[in-house]
Order: sequence, then C-alpha cells, then structure tokens
Amino acid sequence: MTTEAAPLDTSHDATHEEWHQDTSFQPRANVLGLWLFIISEVFLFSAFLAARFYTTGTDRPDDLNQNLALAVTIVLLISSVSAYLAETSIKFNNRRGFIISLGITLLMGMIFMGGVTFELREAALHFPPETPYGSSYFMLIGLHAFHVVTGLIALLIVFVLGVRGFFGSTNSWGVEGAVKYWHFVDLAWVFIYPTLYLL
Amino acid sequence: MTMLEDSPAQSTGSTAQDSSTETKPRPKARRPFRWVLRGVVLAIIGWATGVALAIAIRGGSPTDEIVVIVAYVFALIGWLAGVGGIEAFGRQWIGKKPQVNTDPSWGRYFGFSIDHKVIGIQYGVTLIAVLLIGGLAAMIMRIELASPGVGVVDLDDFNKIVSMHGILMVAVAVAGVLGAFGNYVVPIQVGAQDMAFPRINALAFWLLPPVAVGLLGAPLLGSFNAGWTAYAPLSVVNESGQILFNMAIITFGLVSILGAINIIVTVITMRAKGLTWGRLPIFTWAAFSTSLLAFTVTQFFAGALVLVTMDRVVGTSFFAPEVGTSLLYQHIFWFYSHPAVYIMVIPGFGVILELTTTFARKPLFAYKAVVAAFLGIVGLSVVVWAHHMFTSGMADFLHGPFMILTEAISIPTGIIFLSMIGTLWQGALWFRTPLVMAFGWLFNFLIGGITGIFLADIATDIHLHDTYFVVAHFHYTIVGGAIFALLAASFYWFPKITGRMYNEKLGTLFAIWVTVAFNLTFIPLFWAGMNGMNRRIGDYPDAYAGANRFASFAALILGASFLLFVWNMLYSAIRGPKAGPNPWNARTLEWLISSPPPTHNFVKEPVVVGAPYDYGVEGSVHAYFKDPDPAAPPEPTTEDVSAEVQDEALAESQEEVS
Repeated sequence: MTTEAAPLDTSHDATHEEWHQDTSFQPRANVLGLWLFIISEVFLFSAFLAARFYTTGTDRPDDLNQNLALAVTIVLLISSVSAYLAETSIKFNNRRGFIISLGITLLMGMIFMGGVTFELREAALHFPPETPYGSSYFMLIGLHAFHVVTGLIALLIVFVLGVRGFFGSTNSWGVEGAVKYWHFVDLAWVFIYPTLYLL
Repeated sequence: MTMLEDSPAQSTGSTAQDSSTETKPRPKARRPFRWVLRGVVLAIIGWATGVALAIAIRGGSPTDEIVVIVAYVFALIGWLAGVGGIEAFGRQWIGKKPQVNTDPSWGRYFGFSIDHKVIGIQYGVTLIAVLLIGGLAAMIMRIELASPGVGVVDLDDFNKIVSMHGILMVAVAVAGVLGAFGNYVVPIQVGAQDMAFPRINALAFWLLPPVAVGLLGAPLLGSFNAGWTAYAPLSVVNESGQILFNMAIITFGLVSILGAINIIVTVITMRAKGLTWGRLPIFTWAAFSTSLLAFTVTQFFAGALVLVTMDRVVGTSFFAPEVGTSLLYQHIFWFYSHPAVYIMVIPGFGVILELTTTFARKPLFAYKAVVAAFLGIVGLSVVVWAHHMFTSGMADFLHGPFMILTEAISIPTGIIFLSMIGTLWQGALWFRTPLVMAFGWLFNFLIGGITGIFLADIATDIHLHDTYFVVAHFHYTIVGGAIFALLAASFYWFPKITGRMYNEKLGTLFAIWVTVAFNLTFIPLFWAGMNGMNRRIGDYPDAYAGANRFASFAALILGASFLLFVWNMLYSAIRGPKAGPNPWNARTLEWLISSPPPTHNFVKEPVVVGAPYDYGVEGSVHAYFKDPDPAAPPEPTTEDVSAEVQDEALAESQEEVS
C-alpha cells in the first residue's frame, strides 16, 4: 500500500487498517455468523428431508444394512465428543490433548466416510437411485457426505495448523468454528439416520 | 459536540459546497486488471482440469452434463482463487496473515477489495449491466409479440429468451437494492466502519460474475427453456444449458445467503453507541428483515435445483412421472420463490420510505408499525407459497388456508402504504428525482397490489392463471416495487456515492418517462390476460393483436428510457457538479460524512442520541460525533480532511470550505 499522493477518499487507509486489525467485536460476530450459517444449512437439509417424506412417506426396504449403519452412527457420535475435547483442550492451552483429540476426530470422520462409501456401493445393488426410496437415500446420504467431507477438510486444516503450534487459548476461533461445524454435521446425521433407517 | 440543525429544504438544492482537496492528484492504477485476468486464467485452467478429471474417471465428452458440473465447480474455485481468494483466505489456511487488495486507485473496483463501499459499487454496476442485458431480451420478446404469428424468433428460441430474461431480471431484483445499497449504505447507517465479515462480503460479490457468465454462456450448451422457474419435469429433460442454469443459480443462492448473513451480523453486532433498534433507519430495518428471509429460504431454491440436477445426472427419480411427482418441485421451489418476491420488494419499501420522509421534510409516519409490518411480511411470506399452485393439482384442503394467508399479507403491505401516504400528507414536498420516482413507485405498486388480490382468490385465479394478467401483475410488483426503488435509490444516493450531483432535469424527465412508458406497456397486458392470452408462448390469436402492438411499441419507448438513465449516471459521475456532503439535508449517518465517504467511514466515533427522521422537530438531533477523549493518546489529526468535512456537514453551513 502506497500512501504518497493519496486522494481524499483513501487518506485514512492507515486508520482503517488499524481498525481491521482491532478485532474486539469479531468473536461475537464470528459466533453469530456461524450460527446463522448453520441455521441456513438446516433449511437445506429440511428441504431434502421434506422431499423424502413427500415422495416415499416412511417406506423403507427391508434389505438395509442396519448393523453397519448403527456402527457408523456410533462412530460419528463419538467423534463429536472427541471434537469437543479438542476444543476444550485448546481453550486450556493443552496442546497435546488438543492434537490427540482432534486426530481421533479426524480418524473417526474418515472411518465414517469409509463406512458410508461401502454402504452406498451395497445400496446401489439393492435399491438403485432410480427407485423412489433410492432417490431419497442417495440424495440425503450424498448431501450429508458432502458436508462430512467439507467438515473433515476444515478439521484437517485446523489439525495441520495446530501441529505447527498456530492455536492457543487466546487464539482458538479456528478450532471453535471447525468443531461447531462438525457438531452440526453430526446433528444432521442424527436426523437423517432415523429418517432413512428407523422410521 | 456539534449539533445538527434541521434546515428546511431549499428549492434550489445545495450543490455548491465541497472540500477543496479534490485537486490532489489521484493515484495511478498499476495493472488494475491483473486480478481479474488471473481469475480468468485460473478459471480456464480449472475448467480444463475438471473436464480432464471427469473424462478420465467416467469417460464421455466435454459437453456431458456430469463433466460440465465438475468443470464448473473447478472453474469457480479457480476464479475465486485467482481474483484474490488465495491472498484473502488461502494464506490463512496455512497460518499466514491474510492479505486484501488495498489499491487506492480506481483499480480497486477490479480487485478483491474488502471495502463495503467498493463492493456496493461493484454490485451496483454489475447488476445494472445485467439489467440492461435482460432488458434487451425483453425487447426481443416484445418485437416478436408485436404481431401474431412467428416473426423474428421461432417459438423454441422465444421460450429460451423468456427464460433468460426472467432469470436475469430476478437476479437483479433479488440482489439489486440489497447488494448495491445494502452493502454501501447499511454499515454507514449503523455507524460501522465496515461489514462484520469484509472478506466474505468480497467473496459474495466475486461469486456474482460466474453467475452472469454461467447464465449467459448457457446458449453454448443449448440454453434453457423451462422459464426462470425451471419447472420439473421439463427442466429434467430439456437441453444441457439447464445444467449451467442450475449451477449458476446455486452459486447465486450462495451470494444471497452470504450477503444476508453479513448484513444481519453487521446490524446486530456493530451498531453505533446509542443506536437502539427503535432508532435504526428504516432502510436498515428493511435490509435486516430481508436478510432474515434471504439467508434461510434461499436454500430451498438451491435444494430444488440440486434435485433436478440429481435427476438429470445421477438418475434419481424425484420428478419422473412414473415414480416421482413434479408437485414436489413446485412446493420446494415456491417455498423459496414466493418469499423471494418479498426479498425483492422489502428493500424497495425501505428505500421509498427513507426518501419519502427526507423529501417530505416530515418524520416518518408510524415508524414502529412499519417495522412490525416488515417483520410481519417476513413471517407471513413463508406460509403463502402454494397460491402459485391453485391449478397444479395439489390437495383441495390446502386451497382455502393458502388463499386467506395470502390475502392477509396485504395488511402489512397496506401499513407500508399508509406510512408513505401519512408521511407525504401535509409535508413540504421537495420534488427531486427520487421523490418523483417514489410517486411512480406508489402508483405502480398500488396497481400491482390490487391485481394481486385477483390472483390470490381461487375463483379468479383459476381463470387468470398462466395468462398475461399474471405477467402484468408481477411486473407491476417487481418492476414497480423493486426496480423503481432501485432506480430511486440510485438517484437518492448518487451524490453520496460519487460526490457529484446528477442532472436534475434529465433525472426528472427519466422518472416521468419510465413511469409513463411502463404503465403504457403493461396496462394493455391486463386486458389481454383477462381475455385469456397465454403467457410464455411466442404466438397468439389475432384477437389480441391490438393490445400487443400497443404494448410492444410502449416497451420500446420504455427500453429507450434506460439509455437516458445510463447517460445521466455515467456523465454525472464524471462531470457532474460537486454535491457536497448533504445535498438533501437528510439526517441519517451516511449524510453526516463527506461525499464520497472516506475509506475509514467515521474518523470520530458517531454517537446516536435521537430518532433518525425528526424533520422539523425543534432541537432534535439524530447523531453527533464524539470528540476524542482528551485523556486518551492524541490521534493523528493533522491531515484529517474528512473530520473537517464531517464537522462542516454537521454545521450545515453554506460557506465555502476552501
């Protein structure tokens, strides 16, 4: 940024830069913004859930792999706990606990994705996307998997930065944001799993 | 502490005063297009990578739909990275400090600038360009419809042009006032230095060019002919241009959602000291209410288009006639698209009320009721969607409730009308272009509102559904309500944004011209529609020839008026006389700082102590600027040009600054 010959409307760039650095209002704004984003996502998921009930009611085929679904559900739910532990650890400046918990979360997220991929391959044989239930199944699982993958990418970035010592008790928004998003991904599954497997 | 005096409107206007610092040389732009160029190059590389990747995995040709989707996503990422995403976001992901474009020259308009004022102008200029392209499509349509029979375009091309016109104009109406003026004005009106998320604000804007390119590039893949509504099952089986439509509109949804979240968070967390919810300027209230709608229901349009895309590409069967149902599409689609008309017009309400109170020199009538009406519209608008589906074959028991709920929405809308008329009543009307536009708006939206009742009523709707009556009705609401407000806002905030005054005579001429031509165009279409002329078809029986010839002729006059608008804006922005900080003697915060505002909006902290619109109330003050605390370390004030200008604005003196 050059300051010489600055015109009227940019003569306060320096002040403005300082203002951008001063982030006293930012934590509140960040949390609010993330929550609004999550509410927005809830509407997307609800549109797809509504589509499932509208087209097929609560019908489901008998040949769903219930055991595998239950297993990946448990894995995903536990990963939320470890994500929470990671967030708490970094708030108390416990970097080792943070790295380990986050690593476990990442691992569980990947196990979940592996399980889901396996399940999709199996599902394509029993109820392909052309069938009414198959449509809803592939759409909801696909939408959720997309969110899991983006959540994993966010957690991976946080993990790599964490290993390099980027975060601390005063600088934990990155962890908090990624973990909150992960909780949301988890919560979405809590609705999708019964919709597809239990009802 | 300086007091703002409320002086009566001066019929001559005040265009003489401004600071003398304009003589300073402006900094030269150095390679201003390098960011956009880098974005284009990375987008092309992204597209090629996507095509290669998709073909390597699945095979097929570059025009296969799955290949196009992958390529679009890669190109979008490449474009965002290129225009500045690498510096603004990517660096942070590897633990470095983010960088943004702080180019002080005009080149900042072509870069990843995080200044909300730059972004507002970027939105405004982009969307006016889209408006003109959409207008050209409308001109082609009206030329084709000037006489019965197939004329300049064949019937399938006509449908494609209708679809293109529809979606471009919907995009302008949704993002026009909110994107341009919501970004420019709202942060200043709440006394903030910028939006809450400046980088996401920039990201949201830079998602917009791919939307325009995607839609305008769709003809390369055969274009889309399913209307802007993209009704399934046609949108599942038509040509591949529909895929680009779907991707572009999903991207556009992201623009809408990110922008809306930004405005909500800005208004909640960054209001100036003393700016309580009851003192919030009405335009900010409108932008806030709109954002409440936009950030939630927009997901439904994206969702509906994802389902269409899944049906086309993955082979699901949501809308296939045998197993799925196209009613599902209509429900999901209208759950967004009915509230969307309020996303279009509520900011328009805000603009019109804002400038009505300024030019009537009276306090805003029934401020609290208007705010309640905004929120009432937000609430009601999500429970009326099925009135678009009275003839679609949905369950009978849904008809009655949706009719009553739809008609209930005229109550809050009526409150807004009453507020505007109550503000005008016995006001000292100061006829400037924005107020003339506002009168046009009042007339148009009244007709739009009244004809809406016939479409909400099941008995009349079954006759009028899918006729030109509907076309005329929604043009009266969307053009009359949203585009007229966009034009009025362009005139109202023009002196603030450019620092110069538009040509008043040409402005008033345009305002009268566009209002008259608009009415001449669409009044005959009510008649044609009532007599049964079908919409979305490029041909019609001879019985409607007279009305259509008249409408087509008027439409060309209407289209020509925009040349005057563009000329006035462009010429005045460069050559217009200096406007001074507050040419309208308005009271909200944006008028208390210099024109154009400095990068750092408020050099001194604004403190709000009163209502924003107490025009003519003795001794009333909306806001003053707090002098720096003497105990605090001194601020660099030696070259504080803008602080002086702020004080000048406050004092409202007519003396020459220089």
